[in-house]
Formats: sequence, structure tokens, C-alpha cells
Amino acid sequence: MGRAGAHPGAALGRLSVAVPVDAAGLTAWVTEFARLVHEQRDELTRLDAAIGDADHGANLDRGMTAVVAALEGGPADDPAAVLKTVATTLIKTVGGASGPLYGTFFLRAAGALDGGDAGAFAAAVRAGLDGVAARGKAEPGDKTMLDALTPACDALDAALAEGRDLPDALRAAAEAAAGGRDATVPLVARKGRASYLGERSAGHADPGATSAALLVQAAATALAGGS
Amino acid sequence: MKKLLNDPADAVADALRGMAAAHPELRVDHETRVVLRRDAPVRGKVGLVSGGGSGHEPMHAGFVGAGMLDAACAGEVFTSPVPDQVVAATQGVDGGAGVLHVVKNYTGDVMNFEMAAELVAAESDTEVVAVVTDDDVAVQDSTYTAGRRGVGVTVLLEKLAGAAAEEGRPLAEVADVARRVNATGRSMGMALTSCTVPAAGRPTFDLPEDEMEIGIGIHGEPGRRRVPLAPAREVAEMLVEPILADLDLTGGDGVIAFVNGMGATPLLELYVVYAEVAAVLEKSGVGIARNLVGSYMTSLDMAGCSVTLLRADEELLRLWDAPVRTPALRWGG
Repeated sequence: MGRAGAHPGAALGRLSVAVPVDAAGLTAWVTEFARLVHEQRDELTRLDAAIGDADHGANLDRGMTAVVAALEGGPADDPAAVLKTVATTLIKTVGGASGPLYGTFFLRAAGALDGGDAGAFAAAVRAGLDGVAARGKAEPGDKTMLDALTPACDALDAALAEGRDLPDALRAAAEAAAGGRDATVPLVARKGRASYLGERSAGHADPGATSAALLVQAAATALAGGS
Repeated sequence: MKKLLNDPADAVADALRGMAAAHPELRVDHETRVVLRRDAPVRGKVGLVSGGGSGHEPMHAGFVGAGMLDAACAGEVFTSPVPDQVVAATQGVDGGAGVLHVVKNYTGDVMNFEMAAELVAAESDTEVVAVVTDDDVAVQDSTYTAGRRGVGVTVLLEKLAGAAAEEGRPLAEVADVARRVNATGRSMGMALTSCTVPAAGRPTFDLPEDEMEIGIGIHGEPGRRRVPLAPAREVAEMLVEPILADLDLTGGDGVIAFVNGMGATPLLELYVVYAEVAAVLEKSGVGIARNLVGSYMTSLDMAGCSVTLLRADEELLRLWDAPVRTPALRWGG
């Protein structure tokens, strides 16, 4: 955990070729996220059982399975339409807090996506993050998905500002997301169902931050090329 | 996990098939997972829509019928319904007088009902008012939490606001009754065991034989604290006293007292608890005007109970006594 540089794409470093942020690239991102959620389904549920209601893995897996099915028949060449399909499918199938929050993330990202370069992608993800914060009325430190997404967006923006390429910047983002996820362990939850436990919510990683870290990790893998 | 299921993934769909077969007075839309009164929409009557995660049966679909809810949306187990379901239910019960959404205060329920209300407003001229229940005194510091959970008061509210709607009162008045019930009702729950979510396949938490959880919600989540197992008399005190302190009930006040089972606790034990609750109230000078004892808002196979006290006045008692005809609650008429 926290070793975001350990995945196969990392070995390629700056030599990796970025997948352009087009419909195919975004579809690859979302498909990789679905694969990770399916693989980590039981772990996400285990984390949710500790401080929530034991359904996060099952719900997100059900939603992302529906997303992959929807994308197979969806518009192949419009990047914003891909993200919008992801959003509406999640809102229609997940329920709970994860459906509206992940749905809002992709809906806002779709609305903000303007162009196919790294900067456009970073701006879209930032808009998604702002949407999640507004919908959930949460802020970093509340022990939610924001604790992984916020440092990831900050790291992505900083790396791109330094002139690093998208694959490299996404690896930095994935590392920051994993760090943010780990940093939720000692926190007392202030939002969501875990907040009902008060002090007892400390000592466990937040399930939302954990799945959000998978979302960023998926971007690093799928949009880095070569892996 | 030892449960009477086919595929755990089909638990909710299969339960709705059973409900449709058992209750021809209801109309079950399996596509949207909405349960409606067969005669919905009732022309000129405010429609009442509630819903939430499944696993709390008979809440909410068991309260659909004359004098209570017009429709209920069934989410996945312990997961709020999606906006599409709430939109379908709202449109299905709008008899021209508007629709009241009864929402329990959980992040997911509140967000999905809000999104649904926005969609309804964008698509039609149906007037929607939402009332959020948040009666759980176990959650105190709402500045640092998502706020108090909606628990037992929701059952009483659906009965009382349902009666007001059945009388033909306008949406604003039905909503006022709902808000007043929420403002004057409080609950506190406890668990003797965890529950097992079908999709998870194992108990949500481990609870040793000699301990219990105090201050639980209705989703199998642990409570605010774990304490040594105590006799029913002491448990009743642990549940009633925080409510009395919070409601500021004093001598002379009459209440509707509701002892609710969490799913796996026999009625014998619930009556033992009710006797102790009544004794604590008598000592405090609080009279019980009406009562309800049974498993109405459950947490799958969790053992335990909750106590809800609602300060009653003449109007609320009249609405309580009004006829109700639903699968899980029926009297009068």
C-alpha cells in the first residue's frame, strides 16, 4: 500500500507513451476502474463493515459492471459522452451515497472536459472533485472520498505545472491518492454513516477514500500507455 | 451465512415478488422496484412517498395502503433507492394535490431524494415537499456528524401524516404534521447481535456473548459504545433516560411509546422491554397515551430493540386512532 510506483507502468517512466485523453482513453480508464473495483470488492465491503453498513464493494461493483456494459454499446468517439454515460449509469444503478457522489464526479467532469490534452483532463477531474465536495457537503479531513481525490488533483496539477507529462503526473496523483487514503485511518469521520460511530470510526481506512484511490490508480494505469 | 435465499444478489427482487403475491391490494412495479397502493394516484389526496434501503421490513413497503403511504421505493439492502425509483413513485402517486417525501436522515437517502425532487421539478408541475426524520438521540454532536439518524419516529410519522393526507388536508398541512412529529419524537436503539448483509455473507461485526451495543442505527453498524450485557430493566433505563433528557418531557405529558424489534428478537422479549419502559416512564410521571410493540423497522436478522417516544397531543392521538389498512399496520375502519 502507498507504493503507487510499483505497478508495471512505472518502470517505463518518462519513456511511456501517453494514451491521448480521447473516448478510447477514457473508456480504458473507466474499464480499469471497474476491474479494480471487482478485484477489491470484498476488501471495500470489509472496510465498510468496520465503520459503515457493509455494502460499498457490492454496490460499486454492481454499478461499474453496468457502466462497462453501457459503454460497450455507447458512443465511441465523444469523450464527454463517455463520461456522461458513466455518470448516468452510476446514478441509476448504485444508490446509497456512492451513486450520487461518483455520478456527480463524472457528470461534472463531462461538463468541464474541453479538449484532449493533459490540461483538459486535469481540469475535468478538478471539476469532478468540486462536484463531489458540493454534493456531499464535505471537505478534506472529514474521512470521505475527498481525502483521496483532493491530494490527487493537487499532485496532478503540480506535476503538470512542472512540465511533467501526463503518465508521470498521473503516477504522482495515484501516489498522493494512496497517501490520502492511508491518512484517513486515524481520522474520526464527520460525514456519512461512519460519522455515527464518533471516536469508534478512527483506526480504519475510509471505504470511499479507498475506492477513490482505485479510481486514480486506474487513470495512472490506463492513461499511461505501455502497462 | 445461513439464510433462506436463492441468489443473495436477487434478495430484494425475490422479496418483492413474494410481496406482490401476498398482497393483491398493492401494485408492485418490479422494473422500478416501487410498491404502490393499487388505487394510486388517489385524486385530490396528497401522495406520501417513502423508501430507503431494503432489509428493514416491514418498513417501508409494508406501510403502503389506505391511511399511510401511497408508495415505497425499495433500494438494495441497506442502500438508498436511486433517483429514478423516487421519480417513478412520485409520478405514480400524484393525484393533483402534491407529494410528500418522507426521508430518513442518511447521506445517501437525502442525496437521492433531493436529486429525484430536482428531476420531478424539471419534468412536471408536481409539487414535492420533503420532510427528513432525524430522531436518534444516540447521535449527539451533529456539528461533527451527518446529523441524527432517522429511525423509529419514521414509522409513527408515516402513520400520522398518512392519516392527515387521508383526511384530504393540503400538502402544507400534511408536511406540518410530519415536521411536528419529527420535532417531538426521539429514539434510542441497542443490539445483542450483529446482522448479516446477504451480499457480504458474514456478520457485520462480532459481538461477544456477554456484551451489547448501545446507540445503534438500523444498518447493522456498530453503536456508539459497547457495554456489558445487562438485564432488560437496565437496558430500558439506558434507552429511555437519554430520550427523556432530550425531549425535556415532564410530569403530565402523554406519549406514544413504541418498542421496536430489530428483526431477530421475539415478541416475548419486546414485551419484557415494554413493561420496563412503562415502569421507567411511570416513575418519571410520563403517561403512555398509546403504544406500539413489535418489529416494524428492522435491521435484517439483528437481535435488539429500540425505544421511540413521541409527545402526543389531541390532534396526534386522533390521527393515530384513524383507520389504517396496510400489510404491516392495520386497525379501525
